[in-house]
Amino acid sequence: MIDTVVSFEMLVEEVMQIKKNRLAPDECSGKEKRLCIATGSHGDELNGQYICYQVIRRIKQNYEDLTGIVDVYPAMNPLGLDAQTRNFPLVDVDMNTVFPGDEDGVIIDYTASKLIKDMAGADFCLDLHSSNALIREIPQVRLNDDVAETIMPYARLLNTELVWIHPSTSVRPGSLSYALNAIGVKTMVIEAGAALRIDYEYCEQIVDGIFSLMKNVGIWKGEVSEICNPIVATDGEVSFINAESSGMFVPNIKHNMWVKKGEKIGSIVNVITGSEEERIFAPCDGLVFTFREYPAIEEGALIARIFGGDRL
Amino acid sequence: MNKEVIFNMTTPFRGDYTIVGYRFGHGEPEACIIGAMRGDEFQQLYMCSQLVAKLEQIEGKNGIVANKEILVIPSLNYSSMNVGKRFWVSDSTDINRSFPGNPQGPATSRIAAAVMERVKDYRYGIQFASFYLSGNFIPHVRLLDDDTESTSLANLFGMPYILTASKRSFDVTTLNYNWKQCGTSPFSVYTGTTESIDEEMASQGVSSVLRFLTRMGIVKYHCHGGYISSIIEEDELLPIRADMPGFFRPKVTTGTDVVRGQLLAEIVDPYRGDVISRLIAPSDGVIFYHQIKPMVFQNSVVFRMIRKIHS
Repeated sequence: MIDTVVSFEMLVEEVMQIKKNRLAPDECSGKEKRLCIATGSHGDELNGQYICYQVIRRIKQNYEDLTGIVDVYPAMNPLGLDAQTRNFPLVDVDMNTVFPGDEDGVIIDYTASKLIKDMAGADFCLDLHSSNALIREIPQVRLNDDVAETIMPYARLLNTELVWIHPSTSVRPGSLSYALNAIGVKTMVIEAGAALRIDYEYCEQIVDGIFSLMKNVGIWKGEVSEICNPIVATDGEVSFINAESSGMFVPNIKHNMWVKKGEKIGSIVNVITGSEEERIFAPCDGLVFTFREYPAIEEGALIARIFGGDRL
Repeated sequence: MNKEVIFNMTTPFRGDYTIVGYRFGHGEPEACIIGAMRGDEFQQLYMCSQLVAKLEQIEGKNGIVANKEILVIPSLNYSSMNVGKRFWVSDSTDINRSFPGNPQGPATSRIAAAVMERVKDYRYGIQFASFYLSGNFIPHVRLLDDDTESTSLANLFGMPYILTASKRSFDVTTLNYNWKQCGTSPFSVYTGTTESIDEEMASQGVSSVLRFLTRMGIVKYHCHGGYISSIIEEDELLPIRADMPGFFRPKVTTGTDVVRGQLLAEIVDPYRGDVISRLIAPSDGVIFYHQIKPMVFQNSVVFRMIRKIHS
């Protein structure tokens, strides 16, 4: 059943609507577990769109296996998705910084507040993200450390290679995840791929993870794929590599590769002088789980994140 | 006046990017004023430019008190201003959501870290701020909380209003919040506009800073005494919403004294031209904010009123 969660009339002849698709067993007892799958708060992220499609498609194929409620919110920022902009267009603000919102506030606060109100009472929520257009991520669950212990058993079910306990913007105060966890909805953020494209392989992997979670918490009784056992990383185990020069980044490795300490990751070249400005080497053995996607680079820009060091 | 480099980096296509500050006087770090942090903050940059000009005149007349130092950093983000963008050009991040910054992080984080390191020891920090909504405000000084000391100090600006606000989640990444963590007394000075210059309000903002510096014994300058500020809480501002979308035809502006039942604005149907809604004042009060776009969405906040007060 498709419902409208938030609605307001736009300037001329159009109504902005945020919709959800509720999938529930034909007969409910009222005691079913409820999972929200939310995505599209960043209008340039598309992996979540495909994941929503696949989850709904798979449920519909074997509807009799559905034993709980799945609410799918594919487009929390439909105007951003339409305009291909990360932020909420009317105010140019990152929607994932304004939760829990304010029903008496401006449009973005009002929208955020309505979404939280609709998701309140659910048992679980998955907030699906891609990275931005500049860097690419392997599928990973992000958790804020205040909820890591409670959420970890569920995060391990999501078929990602990595669970990273890190206060990134997607889990900090202001995020959907933080606001929902604060009201008792166990919420996990999944990041995978890069913005403005769909990484089908990653998406299928995450869809398998979602069904694994659903099965383990009593929302699905059908067959599920075997899932991978994730690495759990904390900040001390992750090395950040940032550019110290500006220019074009030429990689020597591929994303999602294991590297050795001292291995050349890439270089930054100056296109007008034809010189190599900087050579970048791995600071430790480890897995390159974040890697630069967009070649033009400025001083300070993130090139890679490596899980490794003493932990390996 | 001494010009100093606060931060420098190279960019891939546009050469060096350098943030500069103007230092007046020598000695104890007393007051630091920061202007535009976003590419659309023209009013904020303009105010800084006028303040620099005034301080240069004052310094020329030996008006900076001995052993007192003032630093003005007019812009942290001229790179975006030059290409018509609001946020950082390469990754659309916001410098005023990057504090306290990380010297090893991305560009906006490095800028925040370098600026924080340079300004953290000043006794008073003043930011010429803009709001994320486009619209006009009554000039005011905004404080993150309402502790008595800050409110008393804010009174010395002589602005018509002091607005106290509760902390929101993103505040921890702003300059003013982090200034406060370092022991600086921070103030945000709002002067009505952002993307356009309002000469009169800019002048009021610059005067308020000079008045504050004078009253704190940092400069010697004769200026008008200003207002005894009314203190209001942000949460007490009454939002007035458009119940219908369409052309916005305001009948009042910021600072207007209104009475209950007064017509504030009309909403006009975008195709048929008839008035489809009339927005009426629900209380006596003063218009504190009004939106300035030609059209409005349903449910958007078009005015904020200070209730039961007269200008």
